Amino acid sequence: MKIKSPTSMVPGIYLTLFFAYLFGPLIIMVITAFNSSNFPRVSPWECFTTDWFGKLVADDKLIEGLGNSLLIGFGVVVVAIPIGLAAAIMLSQVGPKLRASLYTIFIAPILVPGVVIGLSTLIFWDRVGTFFDAPYESFFYDGTFLTIFGQVTFIAAYSMLVFLSRIQRFDNTLTEAALDMGATPTQAFVKVLLPFMAPAIGSATVLAFLASLENYNTTVFTIVSSSTFTTVLSSKVRYGLDPSISAVAVIIISITLIGAIIYECRNRYHSKGWGMIIAERPVLKYATHPGSVAAILGLLAIGAVLFIQNYDSSACTAQILEDKRALQQKLMEQQQLETPKQSSPAPTTPTLGPLGNDATSTAPSSPFGGNAGSIFSPENLSGSSNATPAAPSTAPSSGGGGIFAPENLTGNGSD
Amino acid sequence: MTKEISLEHVWVEFGEFTAVQKANLNIAGGEFFSFLGPSGCGKTTLLRCISGFQEPTRGVVKIGGKDMKGVGPNKRPTALIFQNLALFPLRTVADNISFPLEVRGVDKKTRRKRADELLELIALPGQGDKKVSELSGGQKQRVAIARALAVEPDILLLDEPLSALDLKLRQHMRTELRSIQKQVGLTFIYITHDQGEALTMSDRIAVMNKGKIEQIGDGKSIYDHPTTSFVASFVGENNVLDATVLTNDGKMMEIDAGLGTPFKVESHPAGGPALIPGDACQLFIRPEALKITKDENSINQFDSQFVSEEFEGNMRHIVLDAQGKKIKLSLINDGANAIGPNAPVKLGFAPELGIALKPGELASA
Repeated sequence: MKIKSPTSMVPGIYLTLFFAYLFGPLIIMVITAFNSSNFPRVSPWECFTTDWFGKLVADDKLIEGLGNSLLIGFGVVVVAIPIGLAAAIMLSQVGPKLRASLYTIFIAPILVPGVVIGLSTLIFWDRVGTFFDAPYESFFYDGTFLTIFGQVTFIAAYSMLVFLSRIQRFDNTLTEAALDMGATPTQAFVKVLLPFMAPAIGSATVLAFLASLENYNTTVFTIVSSSTFTTVLSSKVRYGLDPSISAVAVIIISITLIGAIIYECRNRYHSKGWGMIIAERPVLKYATHPGSVAAILGLLAIGAVLFIQNYDSSACTAQILEDKRALQQKLMEQQQLETPKQSSPAPTTPTLGPLGNDATSTAPSSPFGGNAGSIFSPENLSGSSNATPAAPSTAPSSGGGGIFAPENLTGNGSD
Repeated sequence: MTKEISLEHVWVEFGEFTAVQKANLNIAGGEFFSFLGPSGCGKTTLLRCISGFQEPTRGVVKIGGKDMKGVGPNKRPTALIFQNLALFPLRTVADNISFPLEVRGVDKKTRRKRADELLELIALPGQGDKKVSELSGGQKQRVAIARALAVEPDILLLDEPLSALDLKLRQHMRTELRSIQKQVGLTFIYITHDQGEALTMSDRIAVMNKGKIEQIGDGKSIYDHPTTSFVASFVGENNVLDATVLTNDGKMMEIDAGLGTPFKVESHPAGGPALIPGDACQLFIRPEALKITKDENSINQFDSQFVSEEFEGNMRHIVLDAQGKKIKLSLINDGANAIGPNAPVKLGFAPELGIALKPGELASA
């Protein structure tokens, strides 16, 4: 065996780093979806749990946002694809000078920041609505409608780019041939150009749908009082994360993976080399048929769903909770021992929940969701006079904790 | 059914550029008519005028006596075979052939039947379910023809359909095209820059240059009796000698080409304006019209020196030098020995094989 020289290993190392960089966050995210910890994280590992999926399904706001997102995505595809196709066909038929300037105009929405598109869409339709004296229930003020139109402005340009690269390879004499053989211009379009463009239409549809689904900076303005998947997620990030977001990621990654695997299987199945291999092996032929691959993956997915529904991690989480209570109890006893009895009235129950509401159900420990979460939660702010930080070293007295509380401020003033 | 086509004073202009100038011609029903010319001479433009993709700037295109102005390509009784064939790559062979029927709303069964008939005609029976990409060049060619014939057009227009094929196949397809034309009895209008194709297949040929029709006639008259310098130099090989007319009695001319004794050639009254004594002219002698002669007293003879020889199997192409002018000579390979380097050669030609024409533009080699 030959020992590889260091230079020959560089591509390998590079690739490893590259893939780690690409997939590392995804892998971490997937793992966090199954940790019972209240904040999405890998360590400390608490319990293997599938509860976050249940929580996700029970999250009405997220489900509603997802529904809106899918509806908007569908609307965007329906509007943007014909516009993009028309633009590409037009560009392919005009003269070079006009094409250059038209191209710049068509492509401009991609270069304009999404925020600007979002704001201008909102303002424009508001003006139009005002002009027509439309009531606030009319579509001029409807978040779904505005978002579709706002997103279409730049997604149509994306899809135009996809169509353009395909249409450049189209042989225009094919259309002429169709016309010459008696086809009407419509027939020539439907029977010759459209089938040729079909693959591009497929990829543009997927692209447009995904671009719509993941769009945030335009949508956040145009969605008005409604919500989409991305706006719900972003508000979740702002007001406190929990691993149900990781659960969303797991679902999206799984769907993508299943789709990609089936697509790849289909391609391989129809490739020439594989066709020759399976010609004499009927078993292999059926086993590798994309349909059967899809069926296997579908069964696996159903199995995963059933497992998630039925897996019960309550025993483990209860155990963890118990451990934490015990630990906290110990810490508090320690604190009581170290601090003079008269200096501060020690609390009898720990109120430091990571997420305010869940405070009683699980033990505190998260650096972000824990202390930080409670600092910003309004209840804690108002009740800060009688709340004591958990770590004894940082909280020598109640006076320090209450400095910023409004009551204390007024109290100082009256002195 | 076949229809005659007539072009009356057809002009096509693209801005400043004139693609076709005053084209006047009649093509009879059932004729195999070729337009021959170098690329860019306007022959394709003329074809597009007939098929309806191009409206003439001036003049009238009539098919079967009817003015075609404003009639779109899909309403004309013509079928065009494109230079690149324009077969639909996503359709099968049968679907390609039956496309003209499909757009006319013919039902699937009839379509398939007609496609099978046509596949029979083009000698590709049972290949209807193949993909177009699975066919060879010659087969694609025939499928394109079958597709054009599917709705029984009156006129078949062919735009250099053989140019993409290799030599052997091209020669084979020439005969095949001709036999298909005979079989279906349609008017074929054929565009080519290859004179071999034009000469072998056509009933009549129109030679075009720079948008102008230079000469119309059957293959033999175009080859043997060109009426302009362009036709003489474009169709076939020709030796060109600048000369001056000495006498012209309407039947025979005496001309001085600066190679010794003046040459006697037949004057061709059909060839445009008659040349009068004192006129400059160009003398065209075909390489195969020249003969090596030993006879000191025969007419039209001149001296030259051997320069080089190209051997082509059946023919020997010899280049000679006659007082600084390059002369090409083609001889049938009869087993004679090669001529030695720099050997003197005496050449001669018959008076009816030398053609004197008014000086004009020559085809660039």
